[in-house]
Amino acid sequence: MDIPYIVHARPDTGVNNGKLGVWLFLASEVMLFGALFSTYVFLRVGASDWHTWHSEAGLSIPIGTTNTIVLITSSITMVMAWASLMMKEFGKFRLYFGLTIALALVFMLFKAIEYNAKFSHGHFPGTNNFLAIYYVLTGLHALHILGGIIVNSYLIGPGAKLWRTNAAQFTCRIEAAGLYWHFVDLVWIFLFPTLYLL
Amino acid sequence: MSADDHVGSGNAKHGFWRTYVFSTDHKTIGLQYGLTAMCFLLFGFGLMLLMRWQLAYPEEANPLLKNLFGENHPFMPGGVMMPDFYNQLGAMHGTIMVFLGIVPIAVGAFGNYVVPLQIGAPDMAFPKLNMASYWCYFVGGVIMLASFFVPGGAANSGWTSYAPLSVIATDGQTFWLIGMIALITSSLLGAVNFIVTIIQLRAEGMTFMRLPFFVWAQLVTAFLLLLAFPPLEAAGILQLMDRVAGTSFFLPSGLVISGQPLQVAGGGSALLWQHLFWFLAHPEVYVLILPALGIVAEIIANNTRRPLWGYRSMVYSTIFLGFMSFIVWAHHMFLTGMSTGISSFFQTTTMIISIPSVVILTALVISLWGGSIRFTAPMLYALAFLPMFAIGGLTGLPLGLSASDIALHDTYYVIGHFHYIVAPGTIFAVFAGIHYWFPKITGRKMNDTLAKLHFWPSLLFMNGIFMPMLVQGLAGVSRRLYDGGAAYAHAQDVLYLNKVMSHSAFGLGVVQVIFIINLVWSIKSGEKVSRNPWDATTLEWAAPSPPLPHGNFETLPVAYRGPTEYSVPGSSSDFTPQFQAEES
Repeated sequence: MDIPYIVHARPDTGVNNGKLGVWLFLASEVMLFGALFSTYVFLRVGASDWHTWHSEAGLSIPIGTTNTIVLITSSITMVMAWASLMMKEFGKFRLYFGLTIALALVFMLFKAIEYNAKFSHGHFPGTNNFLAIYYVLTGLHALHILGGIIVNSYLIGPGAKLWRTNAAQFTCRIEAAGLYWHFVDLVWIFLFPTLYLL
Repeated sequence: MSADDHVGSGNAKHGFWRTYVFSTDHKTIGLQYGLTAMCFLLFGFGLMLLMRWQLAYPEEANPLLKNLFGENHPFMPGGVMMPDFYNQLGAMHGTIMVFLGIVPIAVGAFGNYVVPLQIGAPDMAFPKLNMASYWCYFVGGVIMLASFFVPGGAANSGWTSYAPLSVIATDGQTFWLIGMIALITSSLLGAVNFIVTIIQLRAEGMTFMRLPFFVWAQLVTAFLLLLAFPPLEAAGILQLMDRVAGTSFFLPSGLVISGQPLQVAGGGSALLWQHLFWFLAHPEVYVLILPALGIVAEIIANNTRRPLWGYRSMVYSTIFLGFMSFIVWAHHMFLTGMSTGISSFFQTTTMIISIPSVVILTALVISLWGGSIRFTAPMLYALAFLPMFAIGGLTGLPLGLSASDIALHDTYYVIGHFHYIVAPGTIFAVFAGIHYWFPKITGRKMNDTLAKLHFWPSLLFMNGIFMPMLVQGLAGVSRRLYDGGAAYAHAQDVLYLNKVMSHSAFGLGVVQVIFIINLVWSIKSGEKVSRNPWDATTLEWAAPSPPLPHGNFETLPVAYRGPTEYSVPGSSSDFTPQFQAEES
């Protein structure tokens, strides 16, 4: 017997299984990052020299801003990719989805440059608590980006075969991947001002 | 349903590995969870028996283990327990019982096996994810067990892993943290799966108010797991950073260890760990008890032959309980120097959360009123659950008020209190559930005589263990003493109770053999029974025993009425199943 509502929404709940699952997963992610943001507040309130640590760390606002723009753009291309599938234009989907992955790689490249600069100045997680929470928050976020890159690469590579056998289900998968991607983008939009600007 | 929907499990024949080991069938996964968790429960119980020997006969050689450990063994040289090993046992008993025993059996095993059947679904919503969550749990368990063999042994900072002690502890703690991250991942995947299954895969006619109470209990439990576990995952990552990357999230400035200042940046907060930990661990308490209440509710309705009294109140209470459990965590921290304002807030929420628990328990007790009770094996365990849970719950009230908590905190009273809820409470509900659903899993009943031979001594011994703890605790005996209080003047009058508790524990261990024999023997030789041997009303009894692999039912059932329609006036039999179309 087959599992119902994999593609089509259940009439009385209005969603399909995958979409509900992703939303629930994102709720747990909110709690995960919420706990880390709370930790940030807790440590900052208790610290006397937070501003010294912050200025010593020397986070580059231009790089942070660039990365913010890169991620927001990748969210836009993600929507375009999904919309292309809805219009049955697989070629366009490949272009936009490929761009999403490429932009994620650009983000990771900038992140690597930033980390490298910190390490070469002797700024490690153990140096002080600002750097500690900086590395944990951005590191965990970067792991999420990496996870997205891996899943999206599967979807545009071997996973794309599903388009020929079951286009509706493939579109659902891209939509779910998109929800995740927007969330990861949103986390960065909170991280950037918290760590770089405040 | 369109053609697009026909993807997923399928009915293809699988080989041995896909059928029994890497199965995606919720029933196989449920059994895998159940068997693994029972092994861990037994192992965790074994750790406790070692501790109980030491508490009753401090620093005497254990006669059974004299020859097992050599004279130079770091844990028990010549059978005499070392203090370090006692600490490991304490930490790992708690961790294994909670995270590898009770939660996997109450949620992973019963939830997986029963929930899809009770809502009339062919499987869980995400079968592959289900398999992944079992194997994450398995890996977490292996890491925890492996930690006994690293230098310094397993984690030894308590199951709560309070910082900064845990940060400076031996390598076992790093294993503990990595193991916990695997277990948390498993719970998160499972929770997503349960919620989606219950919301999306309910059979036709199965509205929310027709869900069996067990399903409601599992739904709220899944939400607790989903939202409470991530903060502990965050805390685990932070403590791991403290241990391996030299950060100071939980290390305050100026920490001195054995006369040496600790070479770290400092500036962290030990209390931060406690907040993050208890933010998980209080909802976790309800994760331990809600599935048990669900099991007991099913069995009580079935064996009193009358509907649950106040089904709706029970459902609303469960939801309210789930919500409240997120805002009571700091009652575990009354003695950390919090302000009276904060303390008053958490005392108030703690008193409020006792109300829905009492509503549920009262509804279950009133359900007995006027019923024609059948004292079947599952019913015995379920009935014993009620007073045991009541003792556990009521002894919690003095701990929820900071004035009395000052005297009682960290004494054996606390141990007695929560063990009454989890051991004769949840574990009795688990026994009840195993006896109740065993015919569905195997098509055979467990032996009634053996069940009674297991039940009565277990009830006696459970109380023999935990009732004296309350007495010792009121006398002020600390829960963390390696010698059970022998060195303390104020403990002398209640010291004899250590022997009472320990011998009860050994007795409890012995009678579990009867249960194991019954379980194994009944699989092959139990009395063969029909698909609905208890004359029950919920949908799982419409499926063959065992239910069909990958699909459960011959045809998907339809729910025509509420879950506990027993003794309906004017009906020809004393039960009207949910799946029965119309009274003929």
